[in-house]
Amino acid sequence: MHKFDEMYTQLPYEFFSQGKLIRDHYKRYDAWLAKQPGDMMRKRREEAEMIFRRVGITFAVYGAKDEDGSGTERLIPFDLIPRVIPANEWQSMQRGLVQRVTALNRFIHDVYHDQEIIKAGIVPLEQIKGNAQFRPEMVGVEVPNQIYSHISGIDIVRAPNSKGEGEYYVLEDNLRVPSGVSYMLENRKMMMRLFPELFSLHSVAPVAHYPDLLLETLRASAPATSAEPTVVVLTPGMYNSAYFEHAFLAQQMGIELVEGQDLFVKDGFCFMRTTRGPKRIDVIYRRVDDDFLDPSAFRPTSTLGCAGLLDVYRQGHVTICNAVGTGVADDKSIYPYVPKMIEFYLGEKPILNNVPTYMCRNKDDLAYTLANLKDLVVKEVHGAGGYGMLVGPASTKEEIEDFRKAVIAKPDGYIAQPTLSLSSCPTYVESGIAPRHIDLRPFVLSGKTVQMVPGGLTRVALKEGSLVVNSSQGGGTKDTWILEAAGAASLAVAAQSQSQSQSSGV
Amino acid sequence: MLSRTADHLFWMSRYTERAENTARMLDVNYQTGLLPQSAGVAQVGWQGLLSISELIPAYTAKHGEVNAKAVMEFMVKDETNPSSIVSCLKAARENARAVRGTLTTEVWETKNQTWLEVNRMLRSGEFEADPGQFFEWVKFRSHLSRGVTVGTMLMDEALFFMRMGTFLERADNTARLVDVKFHAVQSDFFGAASEKDQEYDFYHWSAILRSVSGFEIYRKVYRDVIKPERVAELLILRPDMPRSLHASLRAVVENLAQVANDQSSDTERQAGKLLADLRFGRIDEILATGLHAYLTQFLDRVNSLGGRISRDFLVPAGV
Repeated sequence: MHKFDEMYTQLPYEFFSQGKLIRDHYKRYDAWLAKQPGDMMRKRREEAEMIFRRVGITFAVYGAKDEDGSGTERLIPFDLIPRVIPANEWQSMQRGLVQRVTALNRFIHDVYHDQEIIKAGIVPLEQIKGNAQFRPEMVGVEVPNQIYSHISGIDIVRAPNSKGEGEYYVLEDNLRVPSGVSYMLENRKMMMRLFPELFSLHSVAPVAHYPDLLLETLRASAPATSAEPTVVVLTPGMYNSAYFEHAFLAQQMGIELVEGQDLFVKDGFCFMRTTRGPKRIDVIYRRVDDDFLDPSAFRPTSTLGCAGLLDVYRQGHVTICNAVGTGVADDKSIYPYVPKMIEFYLGEKPILNNVPTYMCRNKDDLAYTLANLKDLVVKEVHGAGGYGMLVGPASTKEEIEDFRKAVIAKPDGYIAQPTLSLSSCPTYVESGIAPRHIDLRPFVLSGKTVQMVPGGLTRVALKEGSLVVNSSQGGGTKDTWILEAAGAASLAVAAQSQSQSQSSGV
Repeated sequence: MLSRTADHLFWMSRYTERAENTARMLDVNYQTGLLPQSAGVAQVGWQGLLSISELIPAYTAKHGEVNAKAVMEFMVKDETNPSSIVSCLKAARENARAVRGTLTTEVWETKNQTWLEVNRMLRSGEFEADPGQFFEWVKFRSHLSRGVTVGTMLMDEALFFMRMGTFLERADNTARLVDVKFHAVQSDFFGAASEKDQEYDFYHWSAILRSVSGFEIYRKVYRDVIKPERVAELLILRPDMPRSLHASLRAVVENLAQVANDQSSDTERQAGKLLADLRFGRIDEILATGLHAYLTQFLDRVNSLGGRISRDFLVPAGV
């Protein structure tokens, strides 16, 4: 496979090659790295792990117990080498993200109202009706600002196009409860703590205001009747794998972190139980799946939600973020239609690329897929977390044959895509610094406007050659830098003027 | 504040305080064990310690005969014993984790670090190598925890529920300690003892005082030799003794007043009555009616107060 790296123009490379073969926006980092003593990375990594443990930045692994007594909590592996994106690339990606998420929200609204896109023959009706994520309860329901996916996590990879130039491709849209943003924030904090000098050498766009933007988005989504909306985060509880993130975001926004047992519905409104009696809630940032939200409407055994919540929601007396039923738009079987959605709703050409996708529900695509299994990535339409997928070039004959049977048995449950040569990024692993494959998840916020902080969460597949970046499957994370072209100069000026105004203000 | 949040905060503080008091009681028994004493006396000491926490059945089922080593193990590192130090520190940390967003970073990191450290210490054999040092460490982690709480938390409901938990637990633990330690020597409480017994008594009472950091305080307050009734007075009635029932109850009442809601007036009244009894009580009256009976009743009332706080604020029934 063609090797394609973020830092180097050519692989394999020699380290400290003194600026040769290095992409411009990594030159300063490379020069800095060359000056560091040999055991620096190891020391800093130990320091980072100690801090993460003490702060308790962990994710839960079910049914496991560590030998050090920390039970089922694991540290998410954090890599010390940043993933750097030049500002001009980010600007175009950002435009593409706003465009894509806007179209997706329009699509969800359309699906639950007039279904123009189906009438226009662009998306087949059975793709909606047959979709388990379609919620008939949402048909005709009006939601504030007509926004359904308030927080969208769009997974993006960089890979060579036909001309061999680096290009960004959207791999997947996550419109239900995308997670990982707390790692984006904590990774930056950690990098600034471990390598302050790097931040004076580079002008890295800040991300720390994400919780502010999120709160603004949530408040902007409150029912029109609430002047001072009460916003809460709804978590499944402390044994959920993303609990740290739920607690973190609630704390950063200064709002309550509630569980289903804290909520109840009365007289058409939703309340939480407090030490001073019931308090009405206007916006719920839920980190609980649709199925568990309301035992009287969805899964009756759920203890994670609140009985009657859906009715209150349908009456517009509470806003649920993301809305119920967004899954209809982030399904892998809907993904191939997104470029057409953009053209249909916005009349624009898509800025971000989709990966070419074969839908096995189509006869021709199925035939092509079956004939080329060894070269393709085949994904279950409803799979997530890196499960239920076949990476052809990295699989054994048996695995391929097993998948062939599964695809033949249920063609509409699968899609196939060419195996992209995902870009790699230098990563500090057991054997030293080596290239590992990465992706990027920016978090797009939609309220009255669509906005985001620069960058997102970079995930890295720590296993050599692996393309799977999910934390449940041995993935790690990196800090993501959107780098102003001006480099250190503009930052130095900013720092100076700030200290001047401070001293004169005293 | 969410009722569930208040509940976690309240119990987080109770478990932290309980771990400290368990360490204090184990420490005093361990230190006394280093003095020359008969096997029978030592046995009574360890038995008393188990009975304080109502753990004799659980212990006997597991270890049978009461002996120092097994009791210490049971009370320090046995995760199946909900009152062991490791269980209390774990419960404190789990409660903290459930509401970490409500705590300051410093408070959360203190609880988390304590838990990580205790696991490390128990695994590496540091406790067995020097139990005294270990107990000291548990006490200091508790001091740190309290200090970082009052030093960093916003003075709002969250803090009040934490403080209420601390002091309610302390009132309970001190009452149990006094009950058991006085029970052990009830036979010669007022009687004239032999010279040898008097010497033993000095160590017995001074050890109790030390277990509540009250030895120097006793000297300062009474400027007298150590007498059992004064020890009892200090630990029950003195308003200025930080671990006395009086001081603990006063702190409960103060914090309760801060969080009062529409339905808590009767709870406040009960707490106020209990405090008034301590404010106006006299040690000779208490001893005349019987210390054990007095403390049993006190523990019942503290227990019922805990139940009321729970019902009024933490786990409200129905809608």
